[in-house]
Amino acid sequence: MSRVLSWDRSVFVLLVVTVAVGAVVDPDFAGGSNLGFVLQDIGEIMLIALPMTFLIMTGEIDLSVASTAALAGCVLGWAWQASGSMAVAVLAAVGTGVVCGAVNGFLVTRLGLGSLAVTIGTLGLYRGLCYALLGDTTVADFPAGWTNLGFSSIPGTPLPYVTPLLVVLAIVFGVVLHLTRTGRWVFAVGQSVEAARFAGIPVARLKFRLFVVTGAVAGLAGVVYDLRFASARPDGALGFELAVIASVLFGGVSIFGGVGTMWGVVSAVLFLGSVRSLLQLQGVPGNALTIITGGLLLASVVIPVVAQRWSAFRERRGRALAAAAP
Amino acid sequence: MNGGLRRVLAGREAPVAGALLVVLAVTTAVNPRFLSDQGRFDLLVAIAITGLMAVGQTFVLVMRHVDLSVGSVLGLSAFMAGSAVRGDTGGPLVLALLVGVVVGVLAGLVNGALVAFLRLPALVVTLGTLYVFQGVQALLTGGTRINADQLPSSVVGFGVTGFLGVPWLMWVCLLAAALGGVFLRTRRSGRDLYAVGSNPPAAELVGIPVARRTLLAYMVSGACAGGAGVLFLARFGGVDSNAGIGYELPVVAACVVGGVNIFGGSGTVLGALLGAMLLKTMGVSLSALSVPEFWQQAINGLLLLVAITADRVVLLRRERAARVEAARHRREQADAEPAPPAAGAESPGHEGATTTEVVR
Amino acid sequence: MVDAEPLVRVRGAAKAFGGVQALRDASLELFAGEVHALLGENGAGKSTLLKVLAGVHRTDAGEVTIGGGPFEQGSTRRSREQGVAVIYQEPSLFPDLSLAENVFIGRQPVTGRGAVDWARMRQEAAALFGQLGVDLDPDRPARGLSIADQQIVEIAKALSTDARVIVMDEPTAALSASESERLLDVARRLRDGGAAVVFVSHRLDEVFALCDRLTVMRDGATVRTSTVEGTDAGEVVRWMVGRELTDLFPKTETTTGDVVLRVRGLTTDGVFDDVSFDVRAGEIVAFAGLVGSGRSEVVRAVFGIDRYDSGSVEVLGAPLPPADPRAALARGVALVPEDRRQQGLFMPASIARNTAVVVLSRLARRGVVRERAERELAAHWAQRLQLRHGGLDQPVERLSGGNQQKVVLAKWLATDPRLLVVDEPTRGIDVGTKAEVHRLLSEQAGRGLAVLMVSSELPEVLGMADRVLVMREGRLMATLDRDEATQERVMLAATGQASVAGEGSAA
Repeated sequence: MSRVLSWDRSVFVLLVVTVAVGAVVDPDFAGGSNLGFVLQDIGEIMLIALPMTFLIMTGEIDLSVASTAALAGCVLGWAWQASGSMAVAVLAAVGTGVVCGAVNGFLVTRLGLGSLAVTIGTLGLYRGLCYALLGDTTVADFPAGWTNLGFSSIPGTPLPYVTPLLVVLAIVFGVVLHLTRTGRWVFAVGQSVEAARFAGIPVARLKFRLFVVTGAVAGLAGVVYDLRFASARPDGALGFELAVIASVLFGGVSIFGGVGTMWGVVSAVLFLGSVRSLLQLQGVPGNALTIITGGLLLASVVIPVVAQRWSAFRERRGRALAAAAP
Repeated sequence: MNGGLRRVLAGREAPVAGALLVVLAVTTAVNPRFLSDQGRFDLLVAIAITGLMAVGQTFVLVMRHVDLSVGSVLGLSAFMAGSAVRGDTGGPLVLALLVGVVVGVLAGLVNGALVAFLRLPALVVTLGTLYVFQGVQALLTGGTRINADQLPSSVVGFGVTGFLGVPWLMWVCLLAAALGGVFLRTRRSGRDLYAVGSNPPAAELVGIPVARRTLLAYMVSGACAGGAGVLFLARFGGVDSNAGIGYELPVVAACVVGGVNIFGGSGTVLGALLGAMLLKTMGVSLSALSVPEFWQQAINGLLLLVAITADRVVLLRRERAARVEAARHRREQADAEPAPPAAGAESPGHEGATTTEVVR
Repeated sequence: MVDAEPLVRVRGAAKAFGGVQALRDASLELFAGEVHALLGENGAGKSTLLKVLAGVHRTDAGEVTIGGGPFEQGSTRRSREQGVAVIYQEPSLFPDLSLAENVFIGRQPVTGRGAVDWARMRQEAAALFGQLGVDLDPDRPARGLSIADQQIVEIAKALSTDARVIVMDEPTAALSASESERLLDVARRLRDGGAAVVFVSHRLDEVFALCDRLTVMRDGATVRTSTVEGTDAGEVVRWMVGRELTDLFPKTETTTGDVVLRVRGLTTDGVFDDVSFDVRAGEIVAFAGLVGSGRSEVVRAVFGIDRYDSGSVEVLGAPLPPADPRAALARGVALVPEDRRQQGLFMPASIARNTAVVVLSRLARRGVVRERAERELAAHWAQRLQLRHGGLDQPVERLSGGNQQKVVLAKWLATDPRLLVVDEPTRGIDVGTKAEVHRLLSEQAGRGLAVLMVSSELPEVLGMADRVLVMREGRLMATLDRDEATQERVMLAATGQASVAGEGSAA
């Protein structure tokens, strides 16, 4: 990979090309209502991808985010019915996310368990608690003022209400990752945990906080999800964890940690949303769209390796030729 | 023998088997119909599919890899196998099994090649192929489904009949577990998988063909998932494009609960099978105990957490004990340190020094 | 007992890594039925020579034969097949497999049907352990095995493959006295069984107790081969050291000030024991001793990377909380770690990022790290340390070893420390940069910084230090002032020939 065409830039270029091509081949695609739909469709994925970027950058992972979001969504419904106050319900939902994240963080940083195994476990646990809380029922009597936030547009624009939230949080997370001490620490821990300890970086505390923030944002995503569908359901956000991780990795974050940019991830989420929408408009069945997600994810790991081997091969051949020359 | 018995009792499988017996006993005591002929049959049918996939997953996990694509492979194989035998005449069951396993092996080949030869991280690769295989299946089905009336009776009957009171599906699972268990325990190449997962660089150093073994493990995992697709087809008498979605994590959970270390190197097929039995039995017994079934997922997750925490605690205890023991040993020796022997005291009898100055 | 024809013959071997000539003219002859000591200071080329035999490296020039025929180089597998087995200081076993299986992995005995014959494998492993005179349970997993026992397993593996040449690379460095004694017994049994045993050790007492002949290397070349009989320790040390202190060490004379670091009775069970010393402002104190003698472990504990069991650490008169590197940093302690690539640097990150990582809060305004301040800091230190680089955005992995070390030093000097701890400050860097690092350390001490240096290079220790602390097997053996520290004295104290060591003990 040359420096000019780094991975995150390539993803951004892909995004621009996709939108441009889409606008030419399908007038509906570039229409305001469709762009609004794309933004709404990727809202929760984008939200959770922001803190997940931090976690994966430090070499950890959280598979329980979708279950956390669903549990927060169920708590939202339950607390709304119990208290009659949406403000209280939203607080309870986000608080639930914080607790879920703290449990993950505790198990990983205090007990020293692997985050992959831990979060597979809490994935089941939190999802199970959703059913325990709501049973097979759904809560669908949220006040219309709130659900309008979920599925109508900001007046005078095609943008859904979630847009400002996404923009603000993306900027905040981007700034923290790239401009602050915490962000530098995240890169450092991902590049070498040992060197980070020698540099006095509080590795365990940092990771614990990242799990908590991830839980909190997943809780927020659960609220957004509920408002979008105007109901709290125990099977909400099912399977989102893999879509989030696929987006983060396609955005150029290394699964081994230490490498990545926030705008690469944001571009990746937008790109995946655009491609899905474009193909959907062309009549490709929804289930088949997963090929795109999976194929891009594979490409994000295969291409760098193949490129590196190719250049190593050419270098070797170049040396051999030079040696053979008189 | 005696040593064998001791190994079984001290092994990681014993507590899982014990927990399974407790669950069975308690549930039966409360609801005697739980283990009636029909109840037992239904329970074993429920276990067979997850169990078979857990057998294959064990091969991958002991190598310190993971296969998240198994659910998608199941869906793809169920559809391909169903298509192969669908129609007026109806193909034989064997054809369905063959198609299913071949599809699975091919899928495993893709995963294994990417992990073994390009040395890509297994988590990312199989997450990618999870989506790709799922999408391929969706493209092939085009949103259609295969129903029981399109399937030959041999296939549908396979799902509801048994032999000696054990469903055929479970026999398939047990056969795979036996073959897999024997291979991992008694073949040199099977032992290689544990060596690789236990210490990958050392495995390279002693000359184990790591890439070939990795490929093998993924093909076995794929074959099991493919076989599980046919079991799925038989059990539910059909398949649609949602088949297998979300199966991967319960399969990994079953293995880990059964003592297969997610960081490689240890765990057995028997343990994985017991893990699958425990998780599935818990689920079925919850409904037999009139506990809402949706607690099952929470309990599965909790069991997984308990299992890895317990493993971790045991490991830490052992390591601390070893450290303390070593320190005590050192102190004792330090107290009784022998005086350094005089120079040359034990040198063999050469006649004086024969020093040679090396030319520089 | 020594055949006329050597089993292994190395003649005129040379090997360079990049610009560093690791071997220039190495020669070695090994006979069946002898234990042969290979001696030399760190960096003399012993390890490189062993790795040639192990099949890890290939020589650039020279001749290697085994059993009279050419030795096929460059493949660990081929080395094993030719009968060479290497026992490393820290073997790499399979922790989850049984000891028996560790011995036989890939070559397990099988029954007629091709199934692994567990009973026979267990028996054969037990027989091998018995042959070596050690009592190990073949059924237990290798996890948690002591290093001494791990070596035994590796030796059993070598025996099971009928190795003719068994190379032991500093096998006793991490062993206790009685563990070492057992290993020496094992080596004698191997010799009596007809193998050629190569024994690398810094402990001369062991060499004299065990070996038949010895070869001394220095600066990549063999200087002498001699029988052990009739040779004395002082002679060997002189061959190993063999040079006058011609390198110029820019020692700045300074007046020492207050005690900056005070360590009392520092102990971690099984690692180091009752270590006490002071470091004063303006003073360079060197920790000398062999690799594995516990020096790095002590400084790691002082800085708070590892926990210690008992004892106390004071900085400028106030106790330093244990296991808290941030507290140490806040109190003006800096640690340049031993392993530059793993512990000292973030290899993919830029020079600027690496330089600034410890002082980020100082460079931040309202939480945002100012890139300009970061670059200014890096530029300042790059200039002060004469860093040769291709821009401050260059990843440090592209720098030479010496320049990488300068970045590590810059990173820690940027914290403006009162106490600078440096662990092997010049390991693996070129001669020119070495001198620069030495000048820098002297200069810093001259400005009143307290410097504590761990070094395995004697000339560096003697040239730089105001005081030398010699450690051996986790204990402080001697404290030598600058004028009483000589190469022989330090070496002898470090290798356990205590009679010659200096009189001073811990403060």
